[in-house]
Amino acid sequence: MDVTLKIKRFDPEAADPESFWQDFTVAIEENGTVLDALIKVREDHDGTFSLRCSCRSSICGSCAMRINGHAGLACKTQASDAIKDGVITVEPAGNMTVIKDLVVNFDSFWDKINQIEPYLKPEGPEPEAEYIASNESMLHLSSVTSCIMCGSCVSDCTVMEVDPTFLGPAALAKAYRFTADPRDGDAEGVSKDRLEELTKPSGMWDCTRCMECVTACPKGVAPMDRIMALRDQAIEAGFTNTNGARHTEAFSDSVEHSGWLDELRLVPKSVGMTNVSALVGYAPIAIQALTHGKMPSIIHKKLPQSENVRKIFDKVEGPEERPRKHN
Amino acid sequence: MKYAFFPGCVSRGGCPELYPATKLICERLGIELQEMPAASCTGAGVLQEKNQLLGDTLNARTFAMAEALDLPILTICSTCQGVMSQANHRLKEPEYLAKVNGFLAEEGLEYKGKANPKHLLWVLVEDVGLKKLLGLITRPLAGVRMAPFYGCYIVRPTDALEFEDHPDRQTALEQIIETIGATVVDFEGKTRCCGFPILTINERNSMAMVGKHTLEAKELGADAMITPCPLCHLNLDSFQPKAAAQAGRPIGLPILHMPQAIGLAMGLSPHDMGLRRHIVNTTPLEVALGIPER
Repeated sequence: MDVTLKIKRFDPEAADPESFWQDFTVAIEENGTVLDALIKVREDHDGTFSLRCSCRSSICGSCAMRINGHAGLACKTQASDAIKDGVITVEPAGNMTVIKDLVVNFDSFWDKINQIEPYLKPEGPEPEAEYIASNESMLHLSSVTSCIMCGSCVSDCTVMEVDPTFLGPAALAKAYRFTADPRDGDAEGVSKDRLEELTKPSGMWDCTRCMECVTACPKGVAPMDRIMALRDQAIEAGFTNTNGARHTEAFSDSVEHSGWLDELRLVPKSVGMTNVSALVGYAPIAIQALTHGKMPSIIHKKLPQSENVRKIFDKVEGPEERPRKHN
Repeated sequence: MKYAFFPGCVSRGGCPELYPATKLICERLGIELQEMPAASCTGAGVLQEKNQLLGDTLNARTFAMAEALDLPILTICSTCQGVMSQANHRLKEPEYLAKVNGFLAEEGLEYKGKANPKHLLWVLVEDVGLKKLLGLITRPLAGVRMAPFYGCYIVRPTDALEFEDHPDRQTALEQIIETIGATVVDFEGKTRCCGFPILTINERNSMAMVGKHTLEAKELGADAMITPCPLCHLNLDSFQPKAAAQAGRPIGLPILHMPQAIGLAMGLSPHDMGLRRHIVNTTPLEVALGIPER
C-alpha cells in the first residue's frame, strides 16, 4: 500500500530555522501503522528525519504526535484508518517546544509531574505490618495507573494552549492516582494537603471540561474524568473557598430548587457575593446585556413540578449514594 | 415531523434571541415542536462533576417524558446534546438503567431506553435533509465567509455521540454553511473550547480562548462565525469586547446562532432573528447581504 505523509518538519540548525511541510510517499504493508510509514521515510528517503519511538506496541509512550490534527500514538494508529483524501498529516505533539522534526522537549511535562509529588505520602499512624488496601480500591486505580506518560493529553489540552502554567491533564490525573489511593493522606485515606494544593490557581479548577484529553489518551485514562473526581474530593474534604467550588454548588442549588439554571445569580455566587472588585468588573458586561435585552429575568421562575427534581436530589444524594473514595 | 423540544436553559436566559429564532425556522421547515415544560436542566457537565448518577437520573427523567409523548427529542444546545448523549450512552447498561428508574418511580416515570436526543443541527442533516432546507433558501448568504464553531460537547466523545454510525455529524455544520450559500472558513479552532466553562474561574484563560479563535477565524478571512451552542455564543459574542481588550486588538466578528444564519437565508429579518440583541454589531454583515438597515 502506498501512503503519502505530509510531515511538519523543523531543523534547529538550519540557517533560517522555521518549520515547513514536506511530503513523502512510501510503500508499507496493508496493515501497517503510521509509525511503520514514518520509519520507512527515515530509512528510505531522509536519514535526517527525527522522531522518537521504541516499543511499537503502545507501551513505551515514545511516539505520541499529532496525526491529522489530533494527538495519538503513531504505533497504535493504522495507516489505512488515518488516510484522508490520500494523505496522512503528521505534526509534533502540541503544547511542548519542538527540538527537531517530531521530537519535542518534555521538560515542562516532567516538571508538572514532579510538581504533584508523584509518590505515596501517608500521614496517619504507620500500620504494624503492611498497608492493607482493598482489591476494589486497587482496581479503581488501575485505569489511572495505565498512563504511559506519552503526553498525548498534554498535546491537545485547550487550557495549556493559552496558559502554560496549568498543571494539565497528565499531572492532574497522576495526582488523582494518589488522592484516590487509600494509603495516601490521613488515617481515613483523605489526602487533604494534596487536595488543598491542587485547588490553587493553575490546578484542578482551571480545566474547561473540553474532553480533548479523554479523546487523545491512547490508554483509556480519561484524565478529565479524574480531574472531575478531584473536584468532588476537594469539595468533600472542605476546600470550598474557590470560584470553581462555589460555581458547582451554586449551579447544583439552582437546579435543585427550581429545576433549571438561574444564570443571573450564578456569576455573583461563583465569584463570591463579598468579592466586590470582581463583581464591579462584571458591571460593564451586565449593563451591556441589559441594554441589548440579553439579561436573564430577575425573577427566576421555578419549572412546573420542580418539587419532583428536588425529590430526586434527596434520593440520589442520600449518604449511601455519594461517590466516595473506595477504602 | 414532530419532536419533543428541549430548548435548554441558556436559550431562555442569557441568549434569549435563540429560542424565537429556532421557533420561526422550524415552522418554515415543517418541524413541529412539542414543549416539555417540566423537563429539568441537563446538568451541563457541572452537576455531573459533583454527582454523575444524579445528572444521569435527571436526564433519564427527561427521556422518560419524551417517551411518554412518543416523540424523539430535539435540542438546540451543543452542551445539552453532549450531556444527554453521554447519559444515554451510560443508561444502555440495564443494571444502571434499573437503578436510575428506581429514583423515577415515585413520579410515575420509567425510562425504557428508547430516547434518541438530536440537536437541530443533526435533525437538519439526517431527518429533514439538506435538499429540503435548500428549497427554502430565498436569500442565499452568497459571498459571506463563515467559520464554523461546534462546541466541545457535540464533537467529543465520539462514541457517545455515535459518530461511527453517523459520519455526517463530523461535518454537519460545514454542510449547513454550504447549503445556506455561504463559504466555509476552515480553521483549527472549530472544534476547540470557547472557554465559557471557566469564565468565572479563570477569566484570563477564558478570554484568551475567545481571542484566539475569533482572531484566527478573522485572519483567515471570516466575516462571521456560526455556532450550534448558545454557551459558546455567550462567550464568543457577549465577552468578545473583553477578549479584544485583553488581546489589545479589535475583533468585531459577528457570531450567529445556527438558526439565525438559516433564518436570514430563508429571508427572515435580522429583527426577527434577534440580531439586535447581539453585543457584536451584525450590521456590516447585513449590509454585505444587501439587507436594508432599519
